[in-house]
Amino acid sequence: MTQFTQTLLAGVDSSDAENWQLKNYARRSGYSAIRKILSNKISPDSVIEEVKKSALRGRGGAGFPTGLKWSFMPKQYEGDKYIVCNSDEGEPGTFKDRDIMRHNPHILIEGMIIAAYAMGVKVGYNYIHGEIWDTYERMEEAVEEARAAGYLGNNILGSNFSFNLYNHHGYGAYICGEETALLESIEGKKGQPRFKPPFPANYGLYGKPTTINNTETFASVPWIILNGGEQYLKLGKPNNGGTKLFSVSGHVNKPGNYEIPMGTPFATLLEMAGGMRGGKKLKACIPGGSSMPVLPGEIMMQTDMDYDSIAKAGSMLGSGAVIIMDETTCMVKALERLSYFYFEESCGQCTPCREGTGWLYRIVNRIEHGKGLMEDLDLLDNIADNIQGRTICALGDAAAMPVRAMIQHFRNEFIYHIEHKKCMV
Amino acid sequence: MINIEIDGQQVSVPKGGTVMDGAKELGIYIPHFCYHKKLSIAANCRMCLVQVEKAPKPLPACATPVMEGMKVFTRSDQAITAQKGVMEFLLINHPLDCPICDQGGECQLQDLAVGYGAGQSRYTEAKRVVVNKNFGPLISTDMTRCIHCTRCVRFGQEIAGIMELGMAGRGEHAEILSFVGNSVDSELSGNMIDLCPVGALVSKPFRYSARTWELSRRKSISPHCGLGSNLVVQVKHNRVMRVLPRENEAINECWLSDKDRFSYEGLNSEDRLTKPMIKRDSQWQECDWQDALEFAVHGIKTVKEKYGAGKIGALTSPHSTIEELYLLQKLIRALGSENIDHRLRQSDFRLDSQLQGIPWLGTSIAAISELKSVLIVGSTLRKDHPLIAQRIRQAVKRGLQLNIVNPIGDDLLTDVTNEVIVAPNALVTTMAEILKAVTVIKNLQVADELKEVISAVKVTDIAHKIATSLLQENPAAIYLGNMAQHHPDYTDILVLVQHIAEAAEAQFGMLGEAANSLGAYLAGAVPGQVESAGLNAAQMLGNDLKRTSAPCQGYILMNMEPEYDSHNSQQALKVLKDAEFVISMSSYKGTASTYADVILPIAPFTETSGTYINTEGRVQSFNGVVSPLGETRPAWKVLRVLGNLLEFNGFDYEASEQVRAEIIPEEKDINGRLNNKLKSFVISVTDQSNTNLQRIGEVPIYQSDPIVRRAESLQVTSDAATPRAWMCSALLDKLNISAGDKVKVKQDQGEARLYAACDDRLPPDCVRVVSAHSDTIALGAMFGEILVEKL
Amino acid sequence: MLSPESLKKIDHEIAKYPIDKKQSAVMSALAIAQDEKGWLANETMNFVAKYLGMPPIAVYEVATFYNMYNLEPLGEYKITVCTNLPCALSGGNDVANYVKKKLSIGFNQTTADGKFTLKEGECMGACGDAPVLLVNNKRMCSFMTNDMIDQLLEELSK
Ligand SMILES: Cc1cc2nc3c(=O)[nH]c(=O)nc-3n(C[C@H](O)[C@H](O)[C@H](O)COP(=O)(O)O)c2cc1C
Ligand code: SF4
Ligand code: FES
Repeated sequence: MTQFTQTLLAGVDSSDAENWQLKNYARRSGYSAIRKILSNKISPDSVIEEVKKSALRGRGGAGFPTGLKWSFMPKQYEGDKYIVCNSDEGEPGTFKDRDIMRHNPHILIEGMIIAAYAMGVKVGYNYIHGEIWDTYERMEEAVEEARAAGYLGNNILGSNFSFNLYNHHGYGAYICGEETALLESIEGKKGQPRFKPPFPANYGLYGKPTTINNTETFASVPWIILNGGEQYLKLGKPNNGGTKLFSVSGHVNKPGNYEIPMGTPFATLLEMAGGMRGGKKLKACIPGGSSMPVLPGEIMMQTDMDYDSIAKAGSMLGSGAVIIMDETTCMVKALERLSYFYFEESCGQCTPCREGTGWLYRIVNRIEHGKGLMEDLDLLDNIADNIQGRTICALGDAAAMPVRAMIQHFRNEFIYHIEHKKCMV
Repeated sequence: MINIEIDGQQVSVPKGGTVMDGAKELGIYIPHFCYHKKLSIAANCRMCLVQVEKAPKPLPACATPVMEGMKVFTRSDQAITAQKGVMEFLLINHPLDCPICDQGGECQLQDLAVGYGAGQSRYTEAKRVVVNKNFGPLISTDMTRCIHCTRCVRFGQEIAGIMELGMAGRGEHAEILSFVGNSVDSELSGNMIDLCPVGALVSKPFRYSARTWELSRRKSISPHCGLGSNLVVQVKHNRVMRVLPRENEAINECWLSDKDRFSYEGLNSEDRLTKPMIKRDSQWQECDWQDALEFAVHGIKTVKEKYGAGKIGALTSPHSTIEELYLLQKLIRALGSENIDHRLRQSDFRLDSQLQGIPWLGTSIAAISELKSVLIVGSTLRKDHPLIAQRIRQAVKRGLQLNIVNPIGDDLLTDVTNEVIVAPNALVTTMAEILKAVTVIKNLQVADELKEVISAVKVTDIAHKIATSLLQENPAAIYLGNMAQHHPDYTDILVLVQHIAEAAEAQFGMLGEAANSLGAYLAGAVPGQVESAGLNAAQMLGNDLKRTSAPCQGYILMNMEPEYDSHNSQQALKVLKDAEFVISMSSYKGTASTYADVILPIAPFTETSGTYINTEGRVQSFNGVVSPLGETRPAWKVLRVLGNLLEFNGFDYEASEQVRAEIIPEEKDINGRLNNKLKSFVISVTDQSNTNLQRIGEVPIYQSDPIVRRAESLQVTSDAATPRAWMCSALLDKLNISAGDKVKVKQDQGEARLYAACDDRLPPDCVRVVSAHSDTIALGAMFGEILVEKL
Repeated sequence: MLSPESLKKIDHEIAKYPIDKKQSAVMSALAIAQDEKGWLANETMNFVAKYLGMPPIAVYEVATFYNMYNLEPLGEYKITVCTNLPCALSGGNDVANYVKKKLSIGFNQTTADGKFTLKEGECMGACGDAPVLLVNNKRMCSFMTNDMIDQLLEELSK
């Protein structure tokens, strides 16, 4: 089997119950990136420069260049600024941040310390998905360890740089993964996304300048600092630097997280995940989490796993959740379940999403239950069109895109359902 | 300024402004539901989506900041498609039964749906049904109609200052509700009805009583507090059906207090008088106007012959129009008496001889919004002046420092910078401390008349803070609330306030208690002061203990109910019962038959033309909106006829405008007459050695005047709850009473039985027992000694 | 209203946020209160509101927005099975059906003995371990087979 350089889980032994601990992280040259910065007095701007060079792009879904995002934080700002880690991983198919946090929590903490240093921030929060409680507890322990060892708190490692980090747990709302909903949630409110602008860099947590990154994004930073941005970029492809964790789920033999360089062929990833379960045929794949357009298996097999390649194929890399569906999968049923999810998880504040997600779900549900009409297919497409791009946050898009892609690629199956009032597979 | 183009037209919008601001400037209407100019931007309804050049998707006009050179299209294909799409979403779960909806005809959704909706719905699934909520006596709900714009929620959080409604649940299950069925108790709650763009929140008192197109809309002015809120009164079949705000940014903005909005129910009360009545041989009988007026004239003449004109007095509430007030004083003076007053709840009149002009707010109402520091002395601000409290709340958000000196610690629902809660008899001392702090900080000489007071007090920390706030933050103002004006040491407080204000270069004034608290002075409804000093309200009502002469034998009462409207209800009733002849001009029966000899039914503000001059000196005239009920007549006409029957000159008016022209020949003149300053006054040091219990007896919000007392729905709100005897826990312990115990409260000869309640924000040795309530009218003065015993 | 231990935990959470931002601790305070009481009664929410200086309705908004708060009394064990697509592809529905059959209840129902309540869950961020279920919000059970469900139910029934 192919072996790749790892930046996130290198040397991590998840079978060892103590491997996550600080002492073991330190043995894997943990916290040497922040030591390097502080002892070499590397300037915050140089840190941001390094991250820019690495072409690290946000691992939370949108793929926004991380270094650029960091440079948006006002430098001369008096008063508090924040960094927030988005560990509210709830996008169906995604389970990578949990593994980073439970098996290698200190890499995230170190990444956040470096980010805080780069942006002149003194306080950070890590917002952890409510359902993975033991991971929250692990993070609480890890933060305590880091504090005790002087990596968090005042005058870190004797420098004049101070940073405190706190964990905040969610309690069951997918929408809190959206960055402004997450901020509202930390403020003790319902997780309803804010209209942007203003963007968090100007008006974020408690109205203060704030940068939000995904867990994996932060966790990628120590390696970049230790090995250099260019080195990181070289691991992947231009504009798609580094390695990425892909969460493979569904009809494969070995579901799980696989850290591979950007640009690795999908076929290789599928092979790493043990290939198709029961040797069945790959019918479809959602390559970037349930919000992204589905792609037929044939297209997928020709695609490489990086932002640009997947976009070219007609979908998005998103959060790196690869949902594999074999030939036995009913696409109507699959869509019904996804539509139900967005309907359930809509925060309810903006009209197209609140009203539209329910409407979409009910029509797909009707089709699945043999009560569909031929007009429904155009209606679905049109409703999705009326949601997409008209909402406060991207959940509206996330609900619309799967519908449109499913109907685009598997229209026949929907027609069969409507005509025969039963499933094709 | 930023220049943008909307639908081909150029417009400049201030930096930070939105596309919606620009469109409004140009008079271009962009459909919207959640946007409201007074509320924060939610951008949740998405109705205002417009096309913006270079933007890949339509953007909400309400939330999109303008950028130089931006080109906006509000009616392009992209914009219209987006707006239609949103309208379709809004309607899929909204009932389409406008004919049975109370909002029908005045519904923003209905109006827009006509322009945007498709003829036929593509939605064939089951519609959502949301259970209705009970928000109390004022707001009725039809929650299935809610479109989740959250205007009501934001109103509570941002304007009313209290979040009583929220949007619970998520997604399609999200619904507007209060915490576990609580009623909505804000004194501004009715505005949520106006704000609701659909028929989800509607007026409970008005519900199903009329359709909007059946109603005629007439302008009027609120008769309650000194603000003079502008009203639209809606009328059907000569009956007031509903009251809505008429926008006036300088006064009430687009809001109304619940008192202004719902008090109209009192106009249609069962207790309204419809015929004159006289008492002959101890028997009451209805009669015609001729008989009644002759009876009244005869009675007054008899008193004059028997006792002299000096034994005739007139008492009126400041809720009367200036025309009424003016004619009443003209009549009383023509009779040869100087005894007239409208300050029925005032107890300290020592300032009368020193007034340099008419007491007023001292600033414009709008100027409150610009203040950087304010000190409010003796006020139940939220309840007495709900919209001034609201203005202050908004100003606090912009940095106003709010300082309070008060005998009660009620929550003002905003951030208070400094607060002193002291017993009524310590108010003077507290103000003296603040004055001393001001003089110390500024190193000023103290005027001779204050030396004694100033040397008797020390500068406390909080006094220093308040003084600093007033001195450092400009502009600053000090306002005296109703409780300060009713206070037995009103004059001392005013003198101190005047000196503090002068030292701090701040404005100062009174928060006008009633619609015409200022106008009544201008109309001359105050006793003569120069040679033949007339009796003031306290003297006429016999509660001025310093005076030995007997009060009057003949009284003319206008718009006043002595047991509710006087400083000492017990005493007032007694005096009137003892008098030989009493004319009551009133809209209501009330209990007049127990003290009056003739009762003349006069028109409330909706049934007569007239003028109120609000607390900032703004003259606002209005016409009657319905014709008088039964044989009721406008009071100015009644007074005119009385003048004629008494054969006085100068009572031949044909219209109220003539009366007004006599009072205010030129409107501009009145500003020169407004002045809060006193000529000079030596103030005394209050004796605080008195450790007896003191009453704090403010007037509850819905007891302030005869109309609101009869507004049924308001009378079942939590603000109209049964009075209790409130005390701090230390006092309860001292008296061995527990909250919830029944207690006997005594003042002078009167007593009331009430439940005790605990409020640890009250000063020690104070018992808060409201006045002007049927449960407490047997008691005496609003402030003063009181006894509490466990039953 | 809440035990001293719970209050201590809540205070620990409050300390994570700026002094004037106590409200930020509302989610953890409600979770801690729920752990103690089993569910969030109105009095409990009212108490939390007072403790954090929030309007009660704002607490209620939060409690009703997030799925894992129980707004009514439930069985001693709340079992939440993820049936979202990735789990469904690996037997999430089969697990749900098996639990339903074993307990003779449907989703959102509680067993007659008050022991178990069954809920349908959304993605728990553990799709690689599918099928997964959650016991009382905090204990995640992965790779569930019928045997493992039997064992689990037996353990909890004790
Ligand atoms: C509905 C929705 C859900 C999201 N969920 C997540 C999530 O679970 N984790 C995450 O990191 N980002 C999520 N995002 C993306 C975030 O809004 C944000 O873009 C991201 O945290 C930024 O971090 P990055 O730049 O490091 O990717 C979500 C966005 C939307 C619209
Ligand atoms: S798109 Fe959906 S989830 Fe996002 S703000 Fe609108 S209603 Fe809420
Ligand atoms: S008015 Fe702009 S989104 Fe509602």
